[in-house]
Amino acid sequence: MAHKRREMLIDPLVDNNPITLQVLGICSALAVTSSLQVSLVMAIAVTLVTGFSSMFISMIRNQIPSSIRIIVQMVIIASLVILVDQTLKAYAYEISKTLSVFVGLIITNCIVMGRAEAFAMKNPPIDSFIDGVGNGLGYGLILMSVGFVRELFGSGSLFGVTIFETVNNGGWYVPNGLLLLPPSAFFIIGLLIWGFRTWKPGQVEEREYKIQTIEAH
Amino acid sequence: MGLRDFFDRIEPHFEKGGKWERLFPIYEMVESFLYTPKTVTTAAPHARSYIDMKRIMTYVVLATIPCILMALYNTGYQTNLAIAEFGASGWRAAIIDALGIGFNPANPFANLMHGLLYFLPIYITTLVAGGIFEVIFATVRRHEVNEGFLVSSMLYALIVPATTPLWQVALGIIFGVVIGKEVFGGTGKNFLNPALTGRAFLYFAYPAQLSGDSVWVPVDGFTGATALAVSASEGFQELAARGMTWWDSFLGFIPGSMGETSTLACLLGLVFLLATKIANYRMVVGCLAGMIGFSLLLNWIGSDTNPMFAMPWYWHLVLGGYAFGLVFMVTEPVSGAHTNLGRYIYGALIGFMVVMIRVINPAFPEGMMLAILFGNVFAPLIDYFVVQANIKRRAKRHA
Repeated sequence: MAHKRREMLIDPLVDNNPITLQVLGICSALAVTSSLQVSLVMAIAVTLVTGFSSMFISMIRNQIPSSIRIIVQMVIIASLVILVDQTLKAYAYEISKTLSVFVGLIITNCIVMGRAEAFAMKNPPIDSFIDGVGNGLGYGLILMSVGFVRELFGSGSLFGVTIFETVNNGGWYVPNGLLLLPPSAFFIIGLLIWGFRTWKPGQVEEREYKIQTIEAH
Repeated sequence: MGLRDFFDRIEPHFEKGGKWERLFPIYEMVESFLYTPKTVTTAAPHARSYIDMKRIMTYVVLATIPCILMALYNTGYQTNLAIAEFGASGWRAAIIDALGIGFNPANPFANLMHGLLYFLPIYITTLVAGGIFEVIFATVRRHEVNEGFLVSSMLYALIVPATTPLWQVALGIIFGVVIGKEVFGGTGKNFLNPALTGRAFLYFAYPAQLSGDSVWVPVDGFTGATALAVSASEGFQELAARGMTWWDSFLGFIPGSMGETSTLACLLGLVFLLATKIANYRMVVGCLAGMIGFSLLLNWIGSDTNPMFAMPWYWHLVLGGYAFGLVFMVTEPVSGAHTNLGRYIYGALIGFMVVMIRVINPAFPEGMMLAILFGNVFAPLIDYFVVQANIKRRAKRHA
């Protein structure tokens, strides 16, 4: 059992990553990754919400009527998100302003809902909690990697600490403005998926069709 | 035929089991660059055509020659004009001085030489940086290095401003080759135009070097808005006051990206491409119709606050990258639509979008690049609907 739980935690990091394999939660990964600090806060917030929402849903999974289960799940997730949002506003106001609507949008983050539906409804609370945390960490890992690239090459710093002195401040580095725009995360996530699938060829999907050669006619 | 013998002698080393098997794409590139490929189809139909991919690509490069010459001349001309006012500096000026050519804008040879000193470094950087990545991918993925890269690199070098730093040039073409083409499987499988993808990357990544008022003429201290920027802020009538007539724009004596200023040179290329049937006239017709139609509509609607509304279609045609994009990028067969009806629609969509972006979006005075990329993305969808409509029509006929 312990072995299985360990796997539940590790598996979503690379082998079954919610972003790179299941391609869920892309919207917030595009929006909040322009700096590492914000990515980190977002990753922690999502990990907490996914973990606890899975746990609570799992606790009452036998009481939830199947026909209204989505609404019940939403109520639990939304309460947790509000908790996170209020905490951020109280203790990290600046970051909460940068994250703006995206904290609230954790409610609709497909990863949270997905784990609640796919795992927590069928498994005991502790397992669900570990599974939720694992998926949150998988999401956070990608968020941090994207944030790392975007902040380092987009503004020449990491966690706000200057690494490359930019031209505007008298240094040599010309910051890449594209990386500060949300669409750049598409390219970075795409390249990450490419890298992951080259590393683990098992993640490559079957082709939907086969290109015929001339000889095969 | 010593060279042929040489190739025949070394060929076994590159084939399966040979000691340089992995380097076959490089051998193939050099060999097919010098000789016609001798591979034939092994199964029917044995259709023959003299227009193989290599010839298509070579013809496109040939078609850009008028644009290249104008790029050299106009870059030098604009630079020499500005030097008369601001003075010369930098290594290019040192070379010109050493050769004793001088900076007289009235001297065509001086202009050409000066333009060459700007164009060549950019073009060579493009070839080397893009070529390295092209060969890496060809070697790893075991596909051929294709002449298409010569086209992409030439077009790319012609659409960047002369002042672009060389490392940015290299970064842009690498992005274009890798993200615009190779990740999708190489030549023939790219749904975006690689040259434009690279240009768009630079445009968004380094806007300070790719847009604005000081990048078009490579002389320190010179600032001058492009004709489109002037039209956007003060109206196209203001151009005459700045010494830019319609004929200047048509012939190409205005500041802008190196190869795209001259509509005449682009049209010469277009005639060549249409005559050799490399370019499909349907896309050109569609693109012209879309642009003319929508700009006439906007002229008719009119606007008190936005002077671009009043710009007539014949100014849209000669300003910015419209003509260059129309001739060399809209007609690109791979990233465009593949059905005949779809080609009209695809062209019209780009023509419409370019006027839309230029006139209605105040953030981008130039719209051709984004309009073509937009069209590229929509091309498969257009084809899909055209094919579906055809299926429906035939099903009804035979019902």
